[in-house]
Amino acid sequence: MNNSSLSNIIFFLVLIFLQTTLFNQIDFLGYLNPYIYIIFLVYYPYDRDNTIIFIFLSFLLGLSIDIFSDSGGVHAAATLTAAYLRPVLMRWSFGVSYDYHTIKISKTTFGQRINYLTLLILTHHLVLYSLEIFSFAHLVSIVKKTIFSAIFTLILSLIFISLFSKKKT
Amino acid sequence: MQQIINFLIRNKTFITYLVLLFIALGLTFNAHSYHNTKFVNSANWLTGGIYNTSDAITDYFHLKSYNEQLVKENRVLRSMLLNAGVDTAQAKPRFGKDSLLNDYRVYNASVIKNSYSKQRNYLLIDRGEKDSISQDMGVITSQGIVGIIENTSSGYATVQSVMNTLSEINASVKHTNNFGSLQWDGKSLNVVQLVDILRAAPIKEGDTIITGGMSSIFPKGIPIGTIKDFSLDVSENYYIINVNLFNDMATLDHVYVLENLNREEILKLESTIDEQ
Repeated sequence: MNNSSLSNIIFFLVLIFLQTTLFNQIDFLGYLNPYIYIIFLVYYPYDRDNTIIFIFLSFLLGLSIDIFSDSGGVHAAATLTAAYLRPVLMRWSFGVSYDYHTIKISKTTFGQRINYLTLLILTHHLVLYSLEIFSFAHLVSIVKKTIFSAIFTLILSLIFISLFSKKKT
Repeated sequence: MQQIINFLIRNKTFITYLVLLFIALGLTFNAHSYHNTKFVNSANWLTGGIYNTSDAITDYFHLKSYNEQLVKENRVLRSMLLNAGVDTAQAKPRFGKDSLLNDYRVYNASVIKNSYSKQRNYLLIDRGEKDSISQDMGVITSQGIVGIIENTSSGYATVQSVMNTLSEINASVKHTNNFGSLQWDGKSLNVVQLVDILRAAPIKEGDTIITGGMSSIFPKGIPIGTIKDFSLDVSENYYIINVNLFNDMATLDHVYVLENLNREEILKLESTIDEQ
């Protein structure tokens, strides 16, 4: 238990560091950045009794990114919403009968993984860009940024997951 | 009472979510208005320190282009001095209150975090209160305008970029006396909008836009950019002008911070007008 919470804390800090120093500087095509820190929500173990801690941690993660990128509270709101909706998204992509306690993202099938990541990333990016741009006049711009950024984040998250998943013994 | 408590316990996740969401939205809406990003900004020792280190590494890759830029700027300044007939061997910087040249004090700084892909872009520079940087000072480069200091900590300061949808800077078309307000619609990199220029103004594509000097932040005549194209607004009385910035906002590094030495006096005078 202690070991896993320690590794979660380290993962949390490493993600903030990587996101702010590396991934926020990419600016592909002038405006696209992958928000890779969202995979914290993928790796954090599901526990029905400790949802509040999880939601609070996600809020904190988003807020840290906000402080680094001077963006008010948009990342906090987006990560928080994605975290709150995670059980629903899990049910949609892995089915009702799945035992979420033992779920490991590296052991799911490729289709399920893509489904789950896409839903999570789209939720996060939609809230993020809606709040950042905050105008219905720029609806096209919101949708465009959400989709392109989401594709970018999705590809990088898939690479990340396959790179850092433990080998099956 | 029991029922209320039961209700709270049953929905504790949702309530936590709502409370945190309200905090996040509060911070977001606060950041929508100028001068209100006090709590969440990157001008603190931790974020500033991290950006400083990462900038120190990436700086090495740009040394050549910075050098070229500096040589070019030196050449321009040198030729201005020679043509103005100033004897460089005898001239000394003066700080007299009576001289027009000494209305502004210039500090140099280095951009350690740049942002240009968002709607509200902020830069972070490596100078702060201990280098006498304070809120509402102008930031420029040798090519043109960059933005205005918004938040400061002891060692760092955030700059509201001209490419920020909240930014509003007084600007005018060079060689005419038509003043307008420089804004950004958040659409494209290095293109900002100059609005409220009267329809009667004689403008054409390629004209230079400079700061207007009707504020206590920038002196008159700092270059901004050139006119890319223009159209009339809804009322058909004013132009909306797209301006190509002289600065490439994506590759900023060495900047100058301008302190208006008469700012306090101007603000004091303005506040007495408000009171009346």
